[in-house]
Amino acid sequence: MKVKMFSYNQLDTYIHHLSGLTKFVCFLLLTTTVMLSFDIRVILFVLILSFALFKVAKIKFSQVKLMLIYVFIFLITNFILTFVFAPLQGVEIYGTEHVLFTIAGPYVVTLEQLFYQITKLLKYLSIVPLGIMFFLTTNPSEFASSLNKIKVNYKACTALSLTLRYFPDVQRDYHSISLAQQARGTELSNKEKLSKRFKNIISILTPLIFTTLDRIELITNAMELRGYGKSKTRTWYAYRPLNKNDYIAMGVCLAIFIASLLITTFVNHSIYFNPFI
Amino acid sequence: MTKKSLFSTKTIVATGLGAALFMVLFMFVKIPSPIPETNLQIAYGVSAFFGAVFGPICGFLVAFIGHALNDFSYGAPWWSWVIASGVAAAIGGMVYFMIDADSGKIGKSEIFKFCAMNIVGNAIAWVIVAPILDIVIYAEPVNLVFTQGLVAFVLDAICACVVGSLLLLAYAKTKTSKGSLTKE
Repeated sequence: MKVKMFSYNQLDTYIHHLSGLTKFVCFLLLTTTVMLSFDIRVILFVLILSFALFKVAKIKFSQVKLMLIYVFIFLITNFILTFVFAPLQGVEIYGTEHVLFTIAGPYVVTLEQLFYQITKLLKYLSIVPLGIMFFLTTNPSEFASSLNKIKVNYKACTALSLTLRYFPDVQRDYHSISLAQQARGTELSNKEKLSKRFKNIISILTPLIFTTLDRIELITNAMELRGYGKSKTRTWYAYRPLNKNDYIAMGVCLAIFIASLLITTFVNHSIYFNPFI
Repeated sequence: MTKKSLFSTKTIVATGLGAALFMVLFMFVKIPSPIPETNLQIAYGVSAFFGAVFGPICGFLVAFIGHALNDFSYGAPWWSWVIASGVAAAIGGMVYFMIDADSGKIGKSEIFKFCAMNIVGNAIAWVIVAPILDIVIYAEPVNLVFTQGLVAFVLDAICACVVGSLLLLAYAKTKTSKGSLTKE
């Protein structure tokens, strides 16, 4: 159950040296680019770019293997489900029909459907490395400070950094309570009936909630004693001023974003790129 | 006890730790349902509980931060569902203005209000917000997202109501209710 997530470590690479704010802005720009476009060329470009950045950030394959497996399972399920629920979605979008072969009844494999589903698959795939990279190369405290710099309320930022700080603690609590209950004979695996299992999980949840509520009380007192929330603004210990590289990175991402919007409006005249007409 | 402000230090800390709790439960405690890509998520009970005790903004952020960070561990957040999670908890959390969990008086009518608000919240989030965002952002097939939305609504509403009410009852028992002492 030991999940090594958000295992940020400081390395000496270009990506690590960028400020958290830059990485967050770039992440948002690139993911929005992919979200707003259904053009396979734009998506492929971002995909290649994000895997190239993976290399630059020196992220090892072993670090992200587990995540990638989850992502692939998800993508394949989605791929199959899309076909089962809407075998002709591609035809509807692109307006033409090139039948490759028929499986049964309405389940006809068309070129359009394949193109639509592959585009969608790549669309999801291209943002995955960006998210992973963002989390592996950004100091959690700096992340909160960078959110504050783009005008997110500082109290919400504090909540976020508290989440990142206390996630391991809550996870440890959960683990020990769960082991204690199992030692007393509470069955949690799928050998038990659904309703019984539900009840057993509640028996873990109740102590967990009350430990957390106690901890909330403790942290609140500590923060209030130090005068938290007195002023309207707040300075951040982990904040780093922007330098030349930060502006270059943000500029490049902004250029990609605008280019994609221009392609959508002037080349494709819709969010879809249609090679069939 | 008077109503606390929506932005007190306690609310913020509760949001932070609530989101951490939501994340842990979201990752490790799920009971698979027969429909793919959907699980019986105990975590929605926690966000409903935090919404009722600390207010709708806290509920929203608990579900939003918790769900988004959980998705980050697989790569990138599935924004439409992350937003829907937050919306469900925020609407459910409106019950904060109707009941006073800190007074220790949680009876049948309070539980009824809590469940009603959470069912409404989940219905809006999963049957309206999530499928529409899925279609707009990801161009998913219409009947697929509405089927998933409907399943998610039923499962999450059950979790929010059952788990949330049990937690609320347990929480109320730890609070001394006003006028519980009588002069002899």
